[in-house]
Amino acid sequence: MDVYLPIANLAVNGLVIVGLGALTGLLSGMFGVGGGFLTTPLLIFYGVPPTVAAASAASQVTGASVSGALAHARRGGIDYQMGAVLVAGGVVGTGLGALLFQLLQALGQIDTTINLLYVILLGSIGTLMAVESLGAVRARRTGLARPARRRRHHPLVASLPMRWRFYRSGLYISPLAPLLLGMLTGMLTMLMGIGGGFILVPAMLYVLGMSVTVVVGTSLFQILFVTIATTMMHALTTHAVDLVLASLLLVGSVLGAQAGAFLAQKAKPDVLRLVLAMIVLAVAVRMALGLGWQPDEIFTVVVQ
Amino acid sequence: MLLPAMLVLLCGAAAPEGPVLVPEVSQHVIHVEQGFTGADLLLYGAILTPEGQPVDSDYDIVVVVEGPPRAVVVREKRQVAGVWVNAASSRFRSAPGFFAVASSRPVAGIVDARTASIYELGLSFLQLSPIGSIDPAHEAPFARGLVAHMQRMGLYHEDPQAVTISHRVLYQARIALPSSVPTGDYTAETFAIRQGRVLASGITRIRVDKQGFARLIADRAEHAGLAYGLCAVALSVAMGWIAGRLFARV
Repeated sequence: MDVYLPIANLAVNGLVIVGLGALTGLLSGMFGVGGGFLTTPLLIFYGVPPTVAAASAASQVTGASVSGALAHARRGGIDYQMGAVLVAGGVVGTGLGALLFQLLQALGQIDTTINLLYVILLGSIGTLMAVESLGAVRARRTGLARPARRRRHHPLVASLPMRWRFYRSGLYISPLAPLLLGMLTGMLTMLMGIGGGFILVPAMLYVLGMSVTVVVGTSLFQILFVTIATTMMHALTTHAVDLVLASLLLVGSVLGAQAGAFLAQKAKPDVLRLVLAMIVLAVAVRMALGLGWQPDEIFTVVVQ
Repeated sequence: MLLPAMLVLLCGAAAPEGPVLVPEVSQHVIHVEQGFTGADLLLYGAILTPEGQPVDSDYDIVVVVEGPPRAVVVREKRQVAGVWVNAASSRFRSAPGFFAVASSRPVAGIVDARTASIYELGLSFLQLSPIGSIDPAHEAPFARGLVAHMQRMGLYHEDPQAVTISHRVLYQARIALPSSVPTGDYTAETFAIRQGRVLASGITRIRVDKQGFARLIADRAEHAGLAYGLCAVALSVAMGWIAGRLFARV
């Protein structure tokens, strides 16, 4: 099925794109991450221009997070107050990300920066997740309980001024911490075409110390609104959102997400996290090879 | 790009006794629309003496198809502290978005390098108009890198067997345009060459245009960013929501 992508200026096999969407949708349904970290590199690998790939992947993540966020909202799994602070930071972050994107593009360092970010973020988070989930699997096998965590949230978070009460998260902390976290993920969303869930969830758990019951729902809530802001930012500045590409990805990912949610109920959560860690690390290694060993192309051409 | 064409026209006017080349192309307008996967251009024509007789000796045909010129930056990656980064760059004012050369045999056997570069008869003779530096030793690797990149994209190619000549009168050439061809005005120049000299030449024009749905989308994305973005958001929210509702019941 040949489909012409009017913004990417390219004919692609529509079924391949739907399949790609389904694969990332499966991940999002199983793990609660958007799957953008996989969509963007795979689209680029398929020949879609990087900016178009990042811009169109953002709207796919929107679609994938809508049904998840709704499901969590029905169960009361969203801290709207915390979500609003995160979204506010995220929207500011996408604006900063857009400026940074233009600056790096002018300097000719945007590809290297994006690849470096992928290697650093995916590499470190993949490793952390792998270690953590291996520990959990081992603890379950041996039947030994793991030592309880000593502190609720990071001492730096506690030292910030102006505290608010976040009832659903069970926190009494300064809103500046989630605001900064939201800004960071907003910037990354704009630069890398990812939702940022795989950064947001661990940060909410281990840095903010949020209650586990609202972490995934609130993260999806933030991702939903920040990817919407990202899509709008791209539509207004880079003009790189390809509606045809986004629709194909969406068809695949919303179906994949449902299948993933079904599978997630059957599998053990620590095994799931281990699988996700492996996928994240594989993407990081692939990117690292391009940076450190041999790039795909020595010469690149940019039309002005 | 225009200069050789103008030269050709002048020469054509100055030598009315030479053979006449009548070029034609299968499509003057190529519509890029939904389902477009590229196009196969057929360039054909006839060569006759002014009396309408076949030319009395063998000659070669070279066809050059050139897409709209664009200013580009070519960047070269180098390893800095173990990491491959864009370290050097060069600008070119007029790199064609598409460039294909078809000939009846390898161009090196048809004309010398000087004539080849006057008429741009090959990828190594492209006039890219570098900006800034005028040091050819600096520009050459970037020009080669640009050509190699565009060849990988399928946008530049050379085919020394793509032209067939029948009975010294009719010629035809096939040139493939990939789906990623840029839109704009293209020129197809045909040269009849004997003993290293251009006997006759002709030029035809082709327009590549987005049409229908593809045009609508590209146009809205460029000129109505706000509405277009809202459309994309509405689409993704609606699809996620509908899928969620449908499967929640199952």
